[in-house]
Amino acid sequence: MNTNETLVRLKTQDPALGPLRPFAGANASTPYLESQDTKLHRKLCGSLEEAIRRSGLENGMTISFHHAFREGDKVVNQVVDTLARLGFKNLTLASSSLLNCHDPLVEHIRSGVVAQIYTSGLRGKLAEAVSNGLMKRPVQIHSHGGRVHLLQTGELKIDVAFLGVSCCDEFGNANGSHGKLSCGSLGYAKVDAQYARRVVLLTEELVDFPNHPVSISQDRVDWIVKLDQVGDPTLISVGAARVTSNPRELLIARRAADVIEHAGYFESGFSMQTGSGASSTAATRFLEERMTRKGIKASFALGGITGSIADLHKKGLIEAIVDVQSFDRDAAESLRTSSAHLEISANEYANPTSRGACVDRVNVVIESALEIDLDFNVNVITGSDGVMRGASGGHSDVAAAADLTIIVAPLVRSRIPTVVRRVTTLLTPGESVDVLVTDHGIAVNPARPEIEKRMRDARLPVMTIKELYEKAVALTGEPEPLEFTDRIVGIIRYRDGSVIDVVRQVKN
Amino acid sequence: MKLRRSMLFVPGDNAAMLSTSFVFKPDSVMFDLEDAVSPREKDSARLLVYQALRHPAYRAIETVVRINELNTEFGIKDLEAAVRGGAHIVRLPKTETAEDIRQLEAHVARIEKACGRLAGDTKLMAAIESASGVVNAVAIATASPRMIAIALAGFDYLVDMHTKRSDGSEPELFYARAAVLHAARAAHIDAFDVAYGNVNDDEGFLREVRIAKELGFDGKSLIHPKQIPLLHAAYAPTPDEVNHAKRVLAAADEAHRNGLGVVSLDGKMIDPPVIDEAEMTLQIAEAS
Repeated sequence: MNTNETLVRLKTQDPALGPLRPFAGANASTPYLESQDTKLHRKLCGSLEEAIRRSGLENGMTISFHHAFREGDKVVNQVVDTLARLGFKNLTLASSSLLNCHDPLVEHIRSGVVAQIYTSGLRGKLAEAVSNGLMKRPVQIHSHGGRVHLLQTGELKIDVAFLGVSCCDEFGNANGSHGKLSCGSLGYAKVDAQYARRVVLLTEELVDFPNHPVSISQDRVDWIVKLDQVGDPTLISVGAARVTSNPRELLIARRAADVIEHAGYFESGFSMQTGSGASSTAATRFLEERMTRKGIKASFALGGITGSIADLHKKGLIEAIVDVQSFDRDAAESLRTSSAHLEISANEYANPTSRGACVDRVNVVIESALEIDLDFNVNVITGSDGVMRGASGGHSDVAAAADLTIIVAPLVRSRIPTVVRRVTTLLTPGESVDVLVTDHGIAVNPARPEIEKRMRDARLPVMTIKELYEKAVALTGEPEPLEFTDRIVGIIRYRDGSVIDVVRQVKN
Repeated sequence: MKLRRSMLFVPGDNAAMLSTSFVFKPDSVMFDLEDAVSPREKDSARLLVYQALRHPAYRAIETVVRINELNTEFGIKDLEAAVRGGAHIVRLPKTETAEDIRQLEAHVARIEKACGRLAGDTKLMAAIESASGVVNAVAIATASPRMIAIALAGFDYLVDMHTKRSDGSEPELFYARAAVLHAARAAHIDAFDVAYGNVNDDEGFLREVRIAKELGFDGKSLIHPKQIPLLHAAYAPTPDEVNHAKRVLAAADEAHRNGLGVVSLDGKMIDPPVIDEAEMTLQIAEAS
């Protein structure tokens, strides 16, 4: 057959046919199959520089990272240092979150390597510098679910994702639950691997094919770099796995457990989520006693998984764990060993426009707050000095979806009231918040009178949020209002992508 | 009747603890100006405690100030701050004789008059910390109508007795506990058992609470807020005890309505002390 002639005839006969090309050899489009070396090892790069070169990254493009290694992360700094050395400029850095260990980014912003940031949170010197006007473009703060939404809508387009994993094979089958640097779930990385145009894996351990379980699959991975250090395993755990001995945190935790017990959702098959804060973790322990006493088992726990949750799962009090991020070694170990401990992506976790987000099935969630105001609005981003020092995380995602959202916080931190007239920065709207538990008492959102009645019937110390505010002010005095300039340094994106608030530059 | 199961020690120089200790809801909070405060911090601690006493946060809780001994350079200044600040109770450490209390009482009366506080408003309690204190316990407990409680302080007492704390039933403290308790009962005031120092040993703490409760102590001095719920739970009456108390009070109520002078339940006569005890049981159950 004269192929070209045949194709012309075909087009003539059926003009609606799409573009067709003639056969050009068995491996015309898969030339790497010609040699054993390229067939099997083609994704392996000798260095980060080589991976960057092969990824086709250019100035002005978007790079992405995940934060499952938390304070132990060495990926962001190594990659951006290398990009700086290679002369890259004007990049957008999209990380699922940024922590204290990412302070070196300040210099890369100053020198123009990084021009724009999308993140769920930022802390330390980076947050301080950004709050003080370091960046020309405001930082975009999104929730964990909201980040996937931004990827879906195309506002956030990842050109190259640099994803640290604890182990992978040479084809790119990777997970975070095995290997020396085990961090547990790769829930955030999974999304980047799905949406990025190019995916580079960074690993300390290359293992035999086929690596399993597969959190990030070979068909999403372009290049692999083996590095001496991807992270510091001693800094991965957030918070302490052991329960706090701070009496105030214990008091708040016990009250939060009281609230859960009496709010109307505490029955077999209920579902829950807790944060990684000391009171949240301790509340899990107090719940254990109540669950055992009443013979109640939870159907699943979602999160952000702590060792305390993993422990209840081990004891049979929580049937399944649905895990987007493992907060500590015990949680990671549970993911590795329990078949009912499931790893999910951030899209399955909390994206409001996902076809199925687990947050929608949560009965009760315990979350923390830097500030909460008289309308139950919550701030978890800016401190009382107006400087960013926290993370949006899944806060607004779970609060919006859960049947009962409980905020736990001490009424006063040092000399700073937590209950305020108006939050410095609005992150989770009060309409999503049901109960505030403090060391001085409990306030129930007036929109939930039935919950308030159940709290009162259980003889819990219920008061109005205004009374809590007045108690706080009686201890600390009314704080001086903060002074800001007009310049906007941060945009708070609600989980649906809308702008719920902005952060202004602090006036010095 | 004022419940006094838990008396929480709060170091007077710790502003953070002064601003939060009431949230743990001990029956009484005791601001310490004595051993918990180093000599160089005594003045600032006194000022902090004075401010705390006057703060609305402490209106709903019984406040106690442990002053330094009156023969020290700090004692009278501490007392001035405590009485003027409105402390409900002054706790005198290392009380050895009834005269110590009478001397304290005279100063308190003088300060009350000087600051316009109602005469007799400030109550007193004595801490017994030596062999002399133990043998004089009855005289100390009855030395003043202002006395509301007497407390045994174990550490100094055991040093004085040439012994130390043991595990188990603590025989080394038995005589002192019994003596202090008898003095309190004879004087119709409350009795506090010693503080338990190892805050991380819940089991040891609860063992000691059981001893104190079985002997009949009203409560215990506490050095950490986490001991409060443990103590309150240990002092809480059982459901059977609560039921019985309710039945006793119902029977008393019925006898009263029917104009009967004698109350009986299940064919047995109920004495007034039993009725008092039933009321106390329900009060503790309510507070637990």
